[in-house]
Amino acid sequence: MLDLSYNTIVVLLGTSLLGAGAGLVGSFTVLRGRALIGDVLAHAALPGLCLAFLILGRRNLTSMLAGALVSGLIAVLLLTLLRSATRVKDDAVMGTIRSVFFGGGVVLISYIQNRSVEGSKAGLDSYILGKTAGMIAADVQLIGGVALAALVCIVLLYKEMQLASFDPGFARVQGWPALALDNLQMALAALVTVVGLPAVGAVLVAAMLILPGVTMRFWTDRLGKLLLGAALIGATIGGAGTLASAKFSLLPAGPVIILVGTFIFVLSMLFAPRRGVLARAAALRDFRRMLARQKLLAALYTFCEGPEGDDAWLTDEEIAATLEMSPRAARRVVYDALLSGALQPRESAKGTEYGLTEFGWEHAILIVRGERLWRLYLLEHPDLAGQLVDLDLTKVDEHLPADVVQDLEAKLRAENRLPETDASADAYAAAHRAAGGGP
Amino acid sequence: MIQVPQAASSTTGVKTSDSKSNTARILDVHDMTVAYHQRPVLWDVDFTLDEPRLVGIIGPNGAGKSTFIKAILGLVPLAGGSVKLFGTAPEAQRKRIGYVPQRESVDWDFPVSVLDVVLMGTYGRLGWFRRPRAADIAWARECLAQVGLADFAYRQIGQLSGGQQQRTFLARALAQKADIYFMDEPMAGVDAATERVVFALLKQLRAEGKTLLVVHHDLRTVAEYFEMVAMLNMRLTAAGPTAEVFTPDNLRKTYGGRLEVLDAAAEALRKKQRSD
Repeated sequence: MLDLSYNTIVVLLGTSLLGAGAGLVGSFTVLRGRALIGDVLAHAALPGLCLAFLILGRRNLTSMLAGALVSGLIAVLLLTLLRSATRVKDDAVMGTIRSVFFGGGVVLISYIQNRSVEGSKAGLDSYILGKTAGMIAADVQLIGGVALAALVCIVLLYKEMQLASFDPGFARVQGWPALALDNLQMALAALVTVVGLPAVGAVLVAAMLILPGVTMRFWTDRLGKLLLGAALIGATIGGAGTLASAKFSLLPAGPVIILVGTFIFVLSMLFAPRRGVLARAAALRDFRRMLARQKLLAALYTFCEGPEGDDAWLTDEEIAATLEMSPRAARRVVYDALLSGALQPRESAKGTEYGLTEFGWEHAILIVRGERLWRLYLLEHPDLAGQLVDLDLTKVDEHLPADVVQDLEAKLRAENRLPETDASADAYAAAHRAAGGGP
Repeated sequence: MIQVPQAASSTTGVKTSDSKSNTARILDVHDMTVAYHQRPVLWDVDFTLDEPRLVGIIGPNGAGKSTFIKAILGLVPLAGGSVKLFGTAPEAQRKRIGYVPQRESVDWDFPVSVLDVVLMGTYGRLGWFRRPRAADIAWARECLAQVGLADFAYRQIGQLSGGQQQRTFLARALAQKADIYFMDEPMAGVDAATERVVFALLKQLRAEGKTLLVVHHDLRTVAEYFEMVAMLNMRLTAAGPTAEVFTPDNLRKTYGGRLEVLDAAAEALRKKQRSD
């Protein structure tokens, strides 16, 4: 059983609030493609934290975090300056700044710990990987304050932040201070990062910002749900990581929290509907099967147009040869088509043969019509090639304006290559009667 | 004879127009120069508009067409010159400006619906902190219906085709209820159906007395779509009623021959800047 002592509850509350704040603020960071800036900020916070300790000569969380915030922001400022003043690529600038500041921080930590007894007791090295055990109520208040500030800003400025994140240019034309809104988002991210340092550590706190947002993106297409969900996921991984770390007391909290987050992320990536890896693979498989089935029906229809007339019955092997498929793939397509009711079997001297059902015949007409319309369309409008053409051949009429379709149909009909559906044949005859022509 | 109002001059700067001297001009671009890294993109452009017009902005790739619009809107800084909209600084006219940016300028995987994007058009009127109300949503839906996307309101924007995304941006501009619209290539890479919808909308807005400046790339449709053209190639090579200005001679000035001259001029300037 879990021992929910006062201490554990304090720590649990702290990491959950931190996770919620990080999820909220981090979602915007991820959407803007700025996840790495959070990482730079976190690594660069370390020297400021140590310098604050050296100046004060004792451990005081608030001042140390203020120092961390200052050096983190200096790093981000430096990043912006180097980016605009030099031609060094973004990733190189970020990598360098992050390493230099972090290296400086580690050197300072060693120096402090070797210098005095008090320094060695300060346990500054816990800021590298995080340590939740020492968290006290005051720390939780600080984290809670930052999380609350983030929540208030995002609730009040939801509309503004949504617009400035999606389309800053349009926002500026409407008169919104897009840059200031940007900076507010950055400032919130910086605050969350810094208050997260003691618990999760400089190396991993950026992941706390990133993971909830990218995880939740698998589950929703709406910004509001994304933010809410990311906050919940953040709180969950913060809490669950803390409990796990408390249970196995040798484990540092940071890595455990991040591992829990990664676990949820991987589950989402695999199993989320629509955007998940498995859903995408299934959709691709279904799509390929649909294409193969269309090919089979079109082939059978074309066969019927030939000298054999309506009486087209093919065996597995003949279908494989016609479609230039392996026999195994051909059997798979035939099986699919049988299941969908487009194909029917019959026994003959050659073995089992397959032909189109009435339903299959109607469907084949649509497919062949679509294919021929698209081919002709691409020939006639090569400049628009690929913008409209859809591989689902039965949907021509949804993608092309009616007059273009009529024009293409007339051309195919003139060559006697237009498969007439009953409806279109009737309309054709009616039009002829109306025009006073023959049937 | 139709009296064509004084529209633009590439040579003599601002001209006074006889009947309109006491009312504010719709648009007054004076000596606009825009530079990226000290390299001129637009050079001494003068362009004035006294009456609502449907204006096509044409020119070769890299001629500064988008930059021209963005500089008027204050999205890129001016290196020289001035811009006035309705007689004042453009910043003071935010609520009267409608904007359709290039489709490629945003991330279409962003988690918002089609209706969310169109609603953004109403944000300018709403002001700080206020969320769209039922009336705003109804209006946004109306704008969506006008571009033929009524059934797509709740789709995530990434699921739309290119033409549908373009129409979403148009609906958002409609939702702004502006007096002057700036559109950056609204017909680039769209299907025939969308191009028709866009053109019909341009005409409708023009009929309602709006002014539209539209960056356009397809020379074949210029004469059909626009009553006025501004031909840009770093400088404004010609501007005026399409029937008068859209001539082979001006096209050669904008697209051929002159291009090399201006490149040479830009190159010379760059060398001078380096040696300075």
